[in-house]
Amino acid sequence: MSEILEINGPILRVKLPGARNGEQVRIGSIGLIGEIIGLEGDDAIVQAYESTESVRPGESVTALGHPLSVELGPGLLGRIFDGVQRPLIDIFKASGDHIGRGLETAALDRSKRWSFTPREDIGPQLHGGETLGDVPETETITQRILVPPDVRGELIELAPAGDYTLDDVIARVRLADGRERQLHLYQRWPVRTPRPYARRDHAVAPLLTGQRILDTFFPLLKGGKGAIPGPFGAGKTMTQHQIARWSNADIVLYVGCGERGNEMVDILESFPELTDPHTGRSLMERTLLVANTSNMPVVAREASIYVGVTMAEFFRDQGFDVVMVADSTSRWAEALREVGGRLGQMPVEEGYPAYLSSRLSAFYERAGRVETLNGERGSVTLIGAVSPPGGDFSEPVTSHTKDIVQTFWALSKELADARHYPAVDWNGSFAKDVQTAAHWWQEHVAKDWLVARGEALGLLAEEQELARIVNLVGPEALAPKQRWALEGAALIKDALLQQNATDPVDSYCSPEKQYALLAAVLRVYRKGQELIDLGEPVTQILTLPGLARLRRAKAAYGDKQLTELNGFVRETLDAMDAMRVEYERSSAT
Amino acid sequence: MKELEFRTASAAQGGLLVMRRVGEIAFGDRVVVRDDKGRRRNGQVIKTSRDAVLVQVFEGTDDLDLNATWVRFLDQPFEMPVSPDLLGRIFNGVGAPRDGRPPLIASHSRNVNGASINPFARAYPREFIQTGISTIDGLNSLVRGQKLPIFSASGLPHNRLAAQIVRQARLLGEETNFAIVFAAMGISHDEARFFEEDFESSGVLGNVSMFINLADDPPIERLILPRTALTVAEYLAFDLDRHVLVVMTDMTYYAEALREVATAKGDVPARKGYPGYLYSDLAEIYERSGRIKQRHGSITLVPILSMPADDITHPIPDLTGYITEGQIVLDRALHNAGVYPPVNVSPSLSRLMKDGIGKDDTRDDHPRVAQQLFALYARAQEVRNLASIIGAEELSGRDRNYLDFAEQFDRRFVQQGEDEDRSIVETLNLAWELLSMFPYEALSRVSEADLNRYHHRAGEVA
Ligand SMILES: Nc1ncnc2c1ncn2[C@@H]1O[C@H](COP(=O)(O)OP(=O)(O)OP(=O)(O)O)[C@@H](O)[C@H]1O
Ligand SMILES: [Mg+2]
Repeated sequence: MSEILEINGPILRVKLPGARNGEQVRIGSIGLIGEIIGLEGDDAIVQAYESTESVRPGESVTALGHPLSVELGPGLLGRIFDGVQRPLIDIFKASGDHIGRGLETAALDRSKRWSFTPREDIGPQLHGGETLGDVPETETITQRILVPPDVRGELIELAPAGDYTLDDVIARVRLADGRERQLHLYQRWPVRTPRPYARRDHAVAPLLTGQRILDTFFPLLKGGKGAIPGPFGAGKTMTQHQIARWSNADIVLYVGCGERGNEMVDILESFPELTDPHTGRSLMERTLLVANTSNMPVVAREASIYVGVTMAEFFRDQGFDVVMVADSTSRWAEALREVGGRLGQMPVEEGYPAYLSSRLSAFYERAGRVETLNGERGSVTLIGAVSPPGGDFSEPVTSHTKDIVQTFWALSKELADARHYPAVDWNGSFAKDVQTAAHWWQEHVAKDWLVARGEALGLLAEEQELARIVNLVGPEALAPKQRWALEGAALIKDALLQQNATDPVDSYCSPEKQYALLAAVLRVYRKGQELIDLGEPVTQILTLPGLARLRRAKAAYGDKQLTELNGFVRETLDAMDAMRVEYERSSAT
Repeated sequence: MKELEFRTASAAQGGLLVMRRVGEIAFGDRVVVRDDKGRRRNGQVIKTSRDAVLVQVFEGTDDLDLNATWVRFLDQPFEMPVSPDLLGRIFNGVGAPRDGRPPLIASHSRNVNGASINPFARAYPREFIQTGISTIDGLNSLVRGQKLPIFSASGLPHNRLAAQIVRQARLLGEETNFAIVFAAMGISHDEARFFEEDFESSGVLGNVSMFINLADDPPIERLILPRTALTVAEYLAFDLDRHVLVVMTDMTYYAEALREVATAKGDVPARKGYPGYLYSDLAEIYERSGRIKQRHGSITLVPILSMPADDITHPIPDLTGYITEGQIVLDRALHNAGVYPPVNVSPSLSRLMKDGIGKDDTRDDHPRVAQQLFALYARAQEVRNLASIIGAEELSGRDRNYLDFAEQFDRRFVQQGEDEDRSIVETLNLAWELLSMFPYEALSRVSEADLNRYHHRAGEVA
C-alpha cells in the first residue's frame, strides 16, 4: 500500500515499501511522473517532474520498476522533446497551448513504418553494439539498428527486408542462459548510465563551426568538451545556435535547459529553412531538440541533460560524430541545488551541494571519441553554456567547469556592449588542443596556419600592452610602429574576429576563407610595417580605402569567391606598394 | 472533499500559518483565514502532510489570535474570475476589487499559476512596435510579444518612460489598440496616482486593468499579484484576441517579498539572501508573455525594476536579464546631466530586434546603422575615459571627433521630449546626421551602399 505522506513543492515523501532508488513513479490520481531520489526505511523521497498542485496526502504512488530511461531508435531526428523525452507535439495535441499534466506519450511514434534492410553478414553469434540492419531515417541519416549493449547470444531469426513499426519484432536471440530475447527497431536505455563502448580513442580532428574566433583561434576537437561562460546577453545562446547550425557534425542535439521558450521556437522556425553547408540538406534532418524551458518544472531540468546526452551516445554508437550543446548548464546546477536544498542537504558554496563538481565532471566525461562496440569510431562533443551570476567567473559552476573542459570560450560584457560579436574574449579564453587541430589545418588548408594564428594572437597581446601605456600617457607617447600595431590589432578584430551571425554571407565561414582572411590581414599589416620603417606616417596609411574594404571583405566575398577575395587583397597590397614608391620619390626630392 | 473550516492553527510567523489536524489538504489549494474580528485574509497551501499544513497568508499573519482564527480550505486552486469587464477596473493582488465597485460577474475563472506554454505552440515574435523613442526604436527595438524590462534605480524617471511607451506604442501601418494590464507591487501612492492620471489624461483608462499593491499594503500579496495580473493578460490576449501590453512595477519589491517568505520558511539562500529558486520563480512570470501560433493576440511585457545601489549585477536585475529578451538600462549620470530619457544604450539590448527590423519591417539600413552607432558610442566612451585621464587637449583629432560624437549622441539622439513621438524614419535619419560626423573609412559596420545613399557627404567623397 503506497501513500503520499508529505508534499513540499516538487519533493514528496511517500510510504512505498520495497521501492528502489532511482525508480520511476506515477504520482497520485493525475499520474504525475517522478523519480525516487532517496529511501528512508519504508519511505521514499520522490521528485516530481511536473507541478504537484492539487495533489494531496494519502493519494497513492506507483513504482514502475525501471529507472528514468529513453527510447532510442528511428523517429528521433527533427523532433523536439521535453526534459523527460515526451514529444512536445504530442503534448500539444493532447493538451493544447499549455502543457498538461500526467500525460502518457511515447517518445517514438508507434504507428509509423520504417523500411528496414537486414545486414547480410550477420550472426550466428551476436554481441552488443553489432549492427542488425539499416533504416534510412532522413535523406542524410541512415540509422543502424544495433543489438542493445547488454545482449549477447545466438541469432535465431532476423526479419527480412521490409517495412516495420517499432513494436514489430525484427530479431530473436537465444541468450547464454537459454532465454529468448526479442529485439525491435528501438531500444531503451537508463539515462543516468553512460552507454558502453569498446575503448576511448584520441580526438583527431577539429570540430569546424564556421566561426572564425572558434575554429581559427580557440579550436575544439570532435569528441572534446567545451564551455561558453558569459553574463546575460553576451551571446552564449547565439554562439550555440551557430554551432548547431554550421558544425561539421553528423548529428546535432540542442538541449534548452532552463532557458527561453522563444529560443526553441527560433530553432524550430529557422532550421528547416537552412541548409547544412556540408550536405546541402535541410538542417532539421540532422537536429533534435530537448526543451525544458525556464517556466517548466525545475526538477525535469536536471533530467534533461542526461536525456540529451544519452541520445547523443546512441548516435555515437552508430559511428556518427555528434555535437550536443546544452544551454545552460548553470540552470541544471541550480536544479541540483534546488532539490538538495529541499532535501535538507548541507550546502557548501553559494547554496550548491558538495557533489556539484563531481556531477559536473561525470556529465562532461560522457563526451569523447570512442571505438564503438562494433569497432567503429564515433564521437560526442559536449558544449555547455554557463551563466555565472553577476558575470562573476569565480562562482562555483564556472570555476568547476573551467577545470573540466578543454576549450573555454569566455564571453565578455565589454565586447558585447560594443556589439563586437561573437563576444569571445581572446584574453580569457583557452584551447588546450591547438596542436592537434593544427595537424588538420596544415594538412587541409595551409602549412603556416599555426604560425599565422600565433602572429595574430601576438598582435592582440601587444595591443593590450600598448593600451595600458595609452591610458597612462596618451597616444602621442607611442612610436609610429606601435601605433601601427594598434591599427593592426583593430584590423584583426574588425576583419576577422567580428562575425555577425545574422549576416547572410558571413554567418558561416569555410576554413579556407578563414585562412584567406587571416593571411590577408597579416600581409597588409606587415606591408604597413615596412612603410612605417621607411618613415611613412600612420595617418597616411590609414587613408587607404583598402583598409575599410578589408574590414568588409568577410561579408563581401562568399566561400566560393576566394579568388576574388585574393584579387582584392592583391590590389590593396599593390596600392601600398604604390604608396611606398610615391613616398620614396617625394622624400628623395 | 468539501470546504472545511478549522480552528487548529498552531503557529503563525512571517506570513506563514501552521495548521494541525486538518486532514488531507491538497498542495497549492486556496485558503480563507478569518481572524477574531471577522476580517478575511487569503492564503495558499505551500506544504502539506496529514499532520501539518503550511499556509502562506497574503495579507500577513500579524496580530492573529490563534485561538480565534478560523481557517477554511476551499478545495480548489487559487483562481481569478475573468470577463471582458476586467478592463477599466482596479483590483488588489488576490483579484478583489479595489475601486469600490462590485465584484466581477464572471462565468469562469482561471488558475492564477497558469501552466507553461508549450514551446511548440509559440510563434516567434517579430512585429516591430514603434514607441517613438529613438533609443528604443533605433537601437533596442521592441517587438510584439517580447519581454523587455526597464532597469532603473531610485530617483530615475522610469515611470515617465513607461507611461510614454504606453501612450505612444503602436504598430506601423496598423490601427493598434493595446489593452493595458498594469501591475503595481510595493510602489508609493504618488507613483500609482501618476500612472492613473496619465492613463486618464491619454484616454486609455477604459482599456486598462489595474492590479495594485502599494508600499503600505501587505508585502506577501505581491507574490500573487503578478500571477493574477498575467492571468487576466492571458485571457485578454488568447481568449479575446487583444494585443496586451503589461507594465509591472516594481519587480524589486516582488523579489524582496519572496526573500522575506523564503527566509521565514528556512529555504537555503543563494546570493544576497535570495532563495536559489528566484530565477525559476521570475521565469514563471516573465515567460507568460509571447505569442501563440493559433491565437491572434499577444502579451508584450515591460517589467520595471530598480537596481539596488544602482548595481546591475545584483541578483534581481541579473536574474531578470537572464530571463528576459533584453533590457533598457537607465543611467544616473545621464539623468544628472539632464538627459531624458536617460537610456544608456551600451548595456541595453533587445534580443528580438534582429527579426523585427530591416527592409520589410522598418528600413533596410536599420540593422547596420544600429550596429554602427553602438560601435562608435562604445569607442567614444573609451575616448571619454581617456580624456578624463590625460585631458581632452592631448587627444588626437580623430579622438576629439569621437568626443563630439558622444556629446551629440546624448544631446540629440538620446534626449527627446516626453511628448515627442519620433517615427522610425525620423530616428534613422537622425542617426545618419550623427554618423555623417565621420568619414567613410571610420564606418565599416554599414555597407558601402548605405554610405552612398545616406551619408551626408555621399556626393562629395567616393
Ligand atoms: N554572433 C553574433 N552575431 C550577431 N549578434 C549576436 C551574436 N552573438 C550575440 N549577438 C547579439 O547578442 C544578443 C544576446 O545574445 P544571446 O541571447 O546569445 O546571449 P546569452 O549569453 O545567451 O544571454 P542569456 O544568458 O541571457 O541567455 C543576441 O540577441 C544578438 O542580438
Ligand atoms: Mg542565452
